[in-house]
Amino acid sequence: MHRKTIVELQAALEAGQISSVELTQAFLDRIDHHQDLNAFITITAEAALEQARASDDRRDHEAPRPLEGIPIAHKDIFCTQGLITSCGSRMLANFVSPYDATVIQHFKAAGAIILGKTNMDEFAMGSSNETSFYGPVKNPWANQAVPGGSSGGSAAAVAAQLAPAATGTDTGGSIRQPAALCGITGLKPTYGRVSRYGMVAFASSLDQAGPMTHTAADAALLLNIMAGFDPKDSTSVDKPVPDYTATLNDGLKGLRVGLPKEYFGDGLAADVAQAIDASVETLKKLGANIVDISLPNSTLAVPCYYVLAPAEASSNLSRFDGVRYGYRAADYDDLNDMYRKTRSQGFGEEVKRRIMIGAYTLSAGYYDAYYLKAQQLRRLIADDFHTAFGQCDVILGPTTPTTAFDLGAKTDDPVSMYLNDIYTIPANLAGLPGMSIPAGLGEDGRPIGLQLIGNAFEEARLLNVAHQYQQATDHHKQTPEGY
Amino acid sequence: MALDPTDVGKIAELARLEISEPELTSYVHSLTQILDLVGQMNAVDTAGISPMAHPSDSPLRLRQDIVTEQDRRQSFQEIAPATESGLYLVPKVIE
Amino acid sequence: MKWETVIGLEVHVQLRTKSKLFSGAAIAFGAEPNTQACEVDIALPGVLPVMNRNAAYMAVKLGLAIGATINKQSVFARKNYFYPDLPKGYQISQYEIPIVERGKLEIEVDGEKKTIAITRAHLEEDAGKSLHEEFSNNTGIDLNRAGTPLVEVVSEPDMRSPAEAVAYLKKLHALVRYLDICDGNMQEGSFRCDANISMRPKGQEELGTRAEIKNINSFRFVEKAIEYEIERQIDVLEGGGEVAQETRLYDAVKNETRSMRSKEEAHDYRYFPDPDLPPLTLDEEFIQSAKDSLPELPAAKRQRFMDHYSLSDYDAGVLTTSRELADYYETVATHANDAKLAANWVNGELAAYLNKEGLEIDQAPITAKQLGGLVKRIADNTISGKIAKDIFEAMWAGEGDADSIIDSKGLKQISDSGALEKIVDEVISANPGQVEQYKNGETKLIGYFVGQIMKATQGKANPKQVNEILKKKLN
Repeated sequence: MHRKTIVELQAALEAGQISSVELTQAFLDRIDHHQDLNAFITITAEAALEQARASDDRRDHEAPRPLEGIPIAHKDIFCTQGLITSCGSRMLANFVSPYDATVIQHFKAAGAIILGKTNMDEFAMGSSNETSFYGPVKNPWANQAVPGGSSGGSAAAVAAQLAPAATGTDTGGSIRQPAALCGITGLKPTYGRVSRYGMVAFASSLDQAGPMTHTAADAALLLNIMAGFDPKDSTSVDKPVPDYTATLNDGLKGLRVGLPKEYFGDGLAADVAQAIDASVETLKKLGANIVDISLPNSTLAVPCYYVLAPAEASSNLSRFDGVRYGYRAADYDDLNDMYRKTRSQGFGEEVKRRIMIGAYTLSAGYYDAYYLKAQQLRRLIADDFHTAFGQCDVILGPTTPTTAFDLGAKTDDPVSMYLNDIYTIPANLAGLPGMSIPAGLGEDGRPIGLQLIGNAFEEARLLNVAHQYQQATDHHKQTPEGY
Repeated sequence: MALDPTDVGKIAELARLEISEPELTSYVHSLTQILDLVGQMNAVDTAGISPMAHPSDSPLRLRQDIVTEQDRRQSFQEIAPATESGLYLVPKVIE
Repeated sequence: MKWETVIGLEVHVQLRTKSKLFSGAAIAFGAEPNTQACEVDIALPGVLPVMNRNAAYMAVKLGLAIGATINKQSVFARKNYFYPDLPKGYQISQYEIPIVERGKLEIEVDGEKKTIAITRAHLEEDAGKSLHEEFSNNTGIDLNRAGTPLVEVVSEPDMRSPAEAVAYLKKLHALVRYLDICDGNMQEGSFRCDANISMRPKGQEELGTRAEIKNINSFRFVEKAIEYEIERQIDVLEGGGEVAQETRLYDAVKNETRSMRSKEEAHDYRYFPDPDLPPLTLDEEFIQSAKDSLPELPAAKRQRFMDHYSLSDYDAGVLTTSRELADYYETVATHANDAKLAANWVNGELAAYLNKEGLEIDQAPITAKQLGGLVKRIADNTISGKIAKDIFEAMWAGEGDADSIIDSKGLKQISDSGALEKIVDEVISANPGQVEQYKNGETKLIGYFVGQIMKATQGKANPKQVNEILKKKLN
């Protein structure tokens, strides 16, 4: 049962082959059995079964809601009423949220069951899940490898089939990169498509939530639930949400697929390059035309991002001061000492590093050289995409330069860790939708991700391309041994 | 752009972080590395380019001036580190 | 050396919206602590701001009223600093591009008119309150005020004396009341003033180093705080010292300003555009609608009072110092049928009583309609001005309307010529000696006769008629 997609589970529930309670219990058992992966921070077994029972009762006399009785895991960045929402940090390890994020409300209203909250890099700052206060997550494909980050717990949970699907958030690649490294499907929507209300903020102008699933079809189902205008989010876009499942089966004949030369240069591992080349061939066979394009400024996306994201983060994380909620240091001399000790003990090393970079680049005398410069560069990067989409319909490239690296391999070298997001960051800066889908395994037997980037609000087209690709290949059906 | 321990100390104070001596050395190193990375931006001439603060061009949406929120002090203060008589408590602030 | 004082004021005007600037929590002074602080106001993780349309509307009205430029696009920025009454660790304010720029306000001191330039007016959210007194070792934080919309009005350093500063403040205060965008309550902090003060040798162009005096909560304290600060700075300068650029707090009890050492550390607010809020964009329709909603402003009202009610410039000026007073006066005038007499009573008797008891016009125990009723009875000769003062006192004490007091106390003026002639005859026949003297040329004795007649009528005789009848009978 755990091998099934959501589309298949819905059918099984509808046909009465299984109840939501049985389904939920099956996944809870798997979560329990694979605790060594450390994919979850909070497991809500009792509440999940309670919700499943209510869903089964409801199904007896009411039409099922879109995700009726389907268990889902949520990244621990979404505020969930009555549950600890830790964001992977000691700072919020005791924070029981008094409200639900809009995304969580949507899932509840759609009839989905909450299995638990997944592990993540602290405050979503990381590409390996190693910055979590709760310890690293293991990659189900290779226990010595990282699952990617920051949505590493969600990616590992789906890859290990501890949950049929999970939510993630993506500021610089935090959905796509772990999806690639764990061999699953992950979609970061257009900025403004999914409400940010109730999602603990990392970098407000970049953060976007999205689904992490086995298939593009499942991602379409979840995005149908997650997307939509939210009056509580001033950056949410008031634009109708299409039915993302409706266009999955459209043909790809004449589709113009752009290959940016900057995504295939030095630093791209040979096995990854090979897998992407093979995917290009598959799409050609499906009728797509290949176009060579260029995103010249995207090579500077990482430096640009490491000014903007830490700057916003340094301000966003100022609210964690030990006054109204969360961690407060046990001993302190006075107010400032309370602030300093609370924040130094409550935040981990990487978070402190980014707060300091952000405080520095915004400070008097440096703003123009760093922050303003980065905002200008951001414009150039976005303009590159604008030009590119005059020549093609979707952009294709690798999600990451390599397959999953080993735990500990990059923890002492933040810059080399940052460079892992070199192909994912540009879409965040431009606010565009991006997707990662499995494209085979590398020489080390670890998954390779194929990235698709679309024009603003063209999630439906990305899902269509991904779905057609998944109809023609079976990379997404591969499962790690032992799961 | 190389930072020295004094710079890092100042930044830490601005961000209300307490950094121990051994940590300081490591932060000086890694923050300098990161500033070298972001310094690569200077390879591009951005003179005259309008800064991009938001991914979309849509204007600010304004809401009607109506009260929509109820008093939830009790549930908010259940999760607070220290409260008394409905107030959040912090160490004495001297003005 | 002759010193010149240079003063610039920053005034925080709390807007009278129903809900907060970026949340749907209520705004009301004096509520139980933290009961009007919602999840956005207490900055729970994940919450986001959504802008109140009415706050923008009020700011635009103010901008239009001071003849300023309204920026069709303005930007909210984050001002970052740590303080326990600032829940997010930053204040959402406007920095590089405010909603209002380049306005002016005309003031008048000792009959001299002067224009004070206003640099800018920007929207921002208020912080909460820190209560230092309640607990021995702790400070209590109340976030009810956090997120309340403010407009900060920043003047140019155009004022040269405490009197000018107070005149500017009063003018601005009257204006925000006229516009009905602020309740103007200085005690409750709805209208707060910070003063930047510096001294320079007379004739010098360059500005001296300024000190900023924070949160002065009455017009009187503004004057006193500035006076104190001027003396202090002159002392420092003449003693060969330098004025420190610093923030100082005015202590009304000791009547002194003192350095706020805790705020002295160098601030680096790290302003940057708030990524949660796209630029505030106002279209022509929005601005036009604000323009159409503007009430009659003080200068226009003053002119109308002169033209329409034939009041003097002085009277019209006094009566238009506040919207409440002007409204009160107009109601009195309407009911009295004599606009000038109404002005005399409002600016005279009423003002004296209010002043004596320390009341504001909206706290007057006599309603405008009641006062109009009293003035009407003077105008139509039902009572004399002297009797009217007694009636006014009775009305102040809550004894009712003028007409009922006149009736119950029988204070109606005797204007019946037959009755008056009878009394005059009685007085003449009772004082033959005085009549004789009068006829011999001591005409000032007419006052004696009037006095006798008033005594006989308990002051109710119509003095004009009494005079006429007397003269007729005696000559």
